[in-house]
Amino acid sequence: MPEPLLSIRDLTVEFRTEDGVVHAVDSVSYDLFPGEILGIVGESGSGKSVSTLALLGLIPQPPGKIVKGEALFKGRDLLKLRKKEQRDLRGKEVAMIFQDPMTSLNPVLTIGFQLGEAIKTHFPDEKNDAVKQRVVDLLNLVGVPNAETRYTQYPHEFSGGMRQRAMIAMSMANSPSLLIADEPTTALDVTIQAQVLEVLKKVQAETEAATILITHDLGIVAEMCDRVLVMYAGHIVESGDVMTIFQKPRHPYTIGLMNSLPKVTEDEEWLEPIQGAPPSLISLPPGCPFHPRCFLARERCRQELPPLEPVDDAGHKSACHFSEELIGYESKYSQAVA
Amino acid sequence: MTEPTVTPPVGPPIPAGDPSVVPSPAGVDVTVAAGLELKIRSQWSYARNRFLRHRLAVLALFLLIGIFLVGAFANYIAPYSYSAIDFNNLLIGPTTRAQHYFGTDELGRDYFSRVIWGIRTSEEVGIFVAVVSSIIGLVVGAIAGYYRGWLDNVLMRVTDLVLTLPALAILLVLEALFGGASQWRTSLILAGFFWTGLARIVRGIFLSLREKEYVEAAKASGAGDMRIMFRHILPNTMGPVIVNGTLAVAAAILVEAALSFLGFGIKPPTPSLGVLVADGETNPQAWWITVFPGLTIVLIVLCVNFVGDGLRDALDPTQRRVRA
Repeated sequence: MPEPLLSIRDLTVEFRTEDGVVHAVDSVSYDLFPGEILGIVGESGSGKSVSTLALLGLIPQPPGKIVKGEALFKGRDLLKLRKKEQRDLRGKEVAMIFQDPMTSLNPVLTIGFQLGEAIKTHFPDEKNDAVKQRVVDLLNLVGVPNAETRYTQYPHEFSGGMRQRAMIAMSMANSPSLLIADEPTTALDVTIQAQVLEVLKKVQAETEAATILITHDLGIVAEMCDRVLVMYAGHIVESGDVMTIFQKPRHPYTIGLMNSLPKVTEDEEWLEPIQGAPPSLISLPPGCPFHPRCFLARERCRQELPPLEPVDDAGHKSACHFSEELIGYESKYSQAVA
Repeated sequence: MTEPTVTPPVGPPIPAGDPSVVPSPAGVDVTVAAGLELKIRSQWSYARNRFLRHRLAVLALFLLIGIFLVGAFANYIAPYSYSAIDFNNLLIGPTTRAQHYFGTDELGRDYFSRVIWGIRTSEEVGIFVAVVSSIIGLVVGAIAGYYRGWLDNVLMRVTDLVLTLPALAILLVLEALFGGASQWRTSLILAGFFWTGLARIVRGIFLSLREKEYVEAAKASGAGDMRIMFRHILPNTMGPVIVNGTLAVAAAILVEAALSFLGFGIKPPTPSLGVLVADGETNPQAWWITVFPGLTIVLIVLCVNFVGDGLRDALDPTQRRVRA
């Protein structure tokens, strides 16, 4: 096993609101290895974004609060950095791609200026010519045609896909070793999604930045990721490499997610949803947070929070008391993925 | 596409890559192949086009530039110095004789020249007040809106205080205490009253823009507070700032004229337009002494306001109206 680039232990984030304490992320631990793409999937509000925003110190405090945990990145705990150190880290060693390229670019500044800013923030003494050259190279890298012309254009002159390419270019400006992509294609058309993911994959392969890809689209995970974490109500419920999770899921929630997807190759009259609705993060059910919706649930689940434990020797983990009962379960994707 | 030989300034070299690997939308490549370049139109060129459609504003702008140039080159244009005395022509009406186009006063000073010198003083005051008050308003508004919390409270209460003070009365007192004689001191005192409106506008814009995703994106790329405030958010406020600054020029010229007329602003012999109007008081029968400087003030203020209106329409597309 290589040394992990980022190692998160017991990360717990809360938001103190007027209605009560929102347990957005609860005791999350995972490792990210150099050069890999780690997918984090889950429904809205499952803590996917918050768990990564916390790393960059981008959670508004208050109301947010990082209650406990550590995030070791190259030997430093990201959660204990001072403000100045955090700023130096952001955009240089850890970069982020946001969900909506329509709003993540400043409408009154040219694309070239904004990309240049990303470099100049960290290298203020860099010559303007050199910065410009680098920006044009970056735009070429992400497949923006006419980079020289595009350099002087404003965001409104870019299409959605082109803007997201520009955002990817911006995140790559200082060759980060960790890239966090927070639902990078959610705001785009399906056809454009494919192109942007292709760009992301290419850029990732060339720069070898370890990547955390946050999404709720299992298709993207299957396409892009090496390993995947499944989150539910602030907890990691299952983790492992993509093949294993898609073929032999060992957590009822993951199974529910897979079953709820339509299958392209067959006519299906009805989709099979997960019963019930996600719990309120203010008053989580006792025990396993998934038990009210779970087909395996029984008394123990109502009382005891299942820990995330290995279910095989290859790093596949599941947080279910009865995961053994799922041995031998094969998802409807087992053939498709293989 | 660039060759991979280019060495980037920072970080490892970026592989230029095989462009064919990256899928690009078909349409763009077709346009490029056909030799059609994308026409670059910046926000400013859109704004300029909108401004140029506003004929009255364009006309006013040219007139204003003309008047200000006359003021700026007063020493070349004015036939006489503002204090030169012509004993042969005391208190005569407008005439072409000896170039006394606007007449003279009882000391024989040429009013055409004095108005030109007065324009210079007034435009200096107006521009200085506009620039200084805009800077104060920008900084106060930016800090209050960006940091919020107690800082916002303190700054905005101070702003409210300045706003609620009866400006003219306070100005009279301040002028009586510290002002007078010095044009720059008068200007500074005026600037101290003129920044409040802009501060509130800028604060409002900052309050809404600080929550924008591109600000979060800037934060995520490591930008500090100052960089975010002044490089990312500030350009978004330029529209209102320019409009406000323009209108402040007119307001400052008017208030300065009023102060000087009352004898509290700029003191003679420096000719500001307000001082010149006031001179008419002592010679009620010599209408030209009051009328020409007065008309000049009206003309300048009208022009500035038309330009300001035109700029507002040009820079704030959300307020676009159809003009007659």
